[in-house]
This record gives sequence, structure tokens and C-alpha cells, in this order.
Amino acid sequence: MRTRESTLWTWHLVAGAVILVLLGIHMFIMHLADFFGTVQGDVLEFSSVMERSLDATFAVMYVVLLAAALYHGLYGLRNIIFELSISERAERVISVLLVLAGVALFLVGAYGTLAVHSAQAGV
Amino acid sequence: MQGSEFKKNRLGLMGWLSGGRYGVERYAYTLHRLTGLAILAYFILHIFVTSARVLGEEAWNTVMGFLNSPAFKVGEFLVYLAFAYHALNGIRLVLTELGFFLGTPCQPVFPYSNSVKRQRPVLVVVMIVAAVVVLLGGVDFLRAFPGE
Repeated sequence: MRTRESTLWTWHLVAGAVILVLLGIHMFIMHLADFFGTVQGDVLEFSSVMERSLDATFAVMYVVLLAAALYHGLYGLRNIIFELSISERAERVISVLLVLAGVALFLVGAYGTLAVHSAQAGV
Repeated sequence: MQGSEFKKNRLGLMGWLSGGRYGVERYAYTLHRLTGLAILAYFILHIFVTSARVLGEEAWNTVMGFLNSPAFKVGEFLVYLAFAYHALNGIRLVLTELGFFLGTPCQPVFPYSNSVKRQRPVLVVVMIVAAVVVLLGGVDFLRAFPGE
């Protein structure tokens, strides 16, 4: 029987796979691309950051990565906390707080990405 | 995993940290959790730090200037280390979760074998790959220090 928890766990694994691909690309660009000679200059320079923000592929990638990483991270944190054998009431409160924190962080991150992309693209 | 009398963790913190009678995989599990928590903490800060680009070039340069000190670079490298371990060990965990590399159930006949032993070479391989990823990334971090 497929319970709610096993569904959430499956999404945790799916999010992990998504992160592996997208964060792998992100880490390659930020830390390895220079080593392999595929990127010229400082990737943290404002012009370089804006160049990536303008690219729709990067903008979508950042938002998807943000959502997947927040879900994977906060669900993982929830699992660790729940193993402390807390009461069911505390479990419910923590679940709600983590969902609220996740939504708030997603809004902050998504606004940062999309606002810059829209302003740069003149949308 | 919802509240149940069967899930009591009577060992408390040691229930998380001690490998007990289990093998190296138990410590891999503990390290996976610790690195996961470290990455989560960094990630939350990262969301706010990278959002500084909304405020323009001056704000971005101020934040980057603040974070460009050797102390922050060392911290960032530790997060990179945690990422390499967590990602590669995570691949092993997903593969074993899906039943790969565990073999099929067999009779307990000498020399004994079990699924944990059968997947152990995968642990070794992913750790070697993680070490290579760390070494390659380490070159990038070394450039942050004077004289490099």
C-alpha cells in the first residue's frame, strides 16, 4: 500500500536526482569550467552573473533547482527531526513550519531570479 | 514514519552518531546526514546572498567583497567537500534503494555473503569519484588565496 509518507520519500529521491543534474551543472560552471577552459573570466563578476540571469534556460534551471533543493533539504531535515521520537502534535507543527519556511524561501529565491531576468530581458 | 510506538529512538543522539555493530556504511549514513544539514544551512544563506543581484551591481560587489576573504573561501570549500560527498554517496543510496548491486537472496553458506558486502565496491567507487571531484574543485578554490 502506498502511504503518504512513501510518496513524499519517492519525491525526495526524485528531487535528489534533479539536484544531481542541475547542481552538477551549477558546480561545473562555478568551480570546474575554468579548470577545463570552457569559461573565460570570473564567473562571479556582476556582468557574468547578469549574462546567465538573462538566459531563460539558466533562469528556469535556477527556479527548478531552488524548488527541488528546498524540498529535498527540508524533507531530509524533517526526517532527522522525526527520528528523535517527538510527539505526533510536534510532528505536525514541525511539518507545517517547514512547509511555510520552504514556501517563503522559494518565493525569495524565485523573485531574485525572475525579477533580474525580467528586468534584463525588458519583460 | 508517522508517530508510532515502534519508532522509539532509545539511544538519543548516539542513535544517530554511533556505528555500533554495523559496518562502514553506518558512518557513511551519519556523514550523509551531517553533510546534508551543512549544505541546507549554506543553501538558505546562498538564497539571500545571490538575491543581492536584484539590488544592482554596487550591492552585488559589496556582498562579493565581503565574502571574498580566505576564511569564507575555506568555508565554501568545506561546503564543496560536503556537496561532493553527499552527491556521490546519494547516487549509491538511490541505486541500492532501487535494488541495484544488492544481489539476490541466497542461502547462508560459507563463505558468507550479504547485500551490504555486495554493494560495498560501489561505496569505494563513488568515494574515489568524490575525491577526484574534490581535487578538481580544489584547484579553483586555491586561486582565491594570495600567491596562487
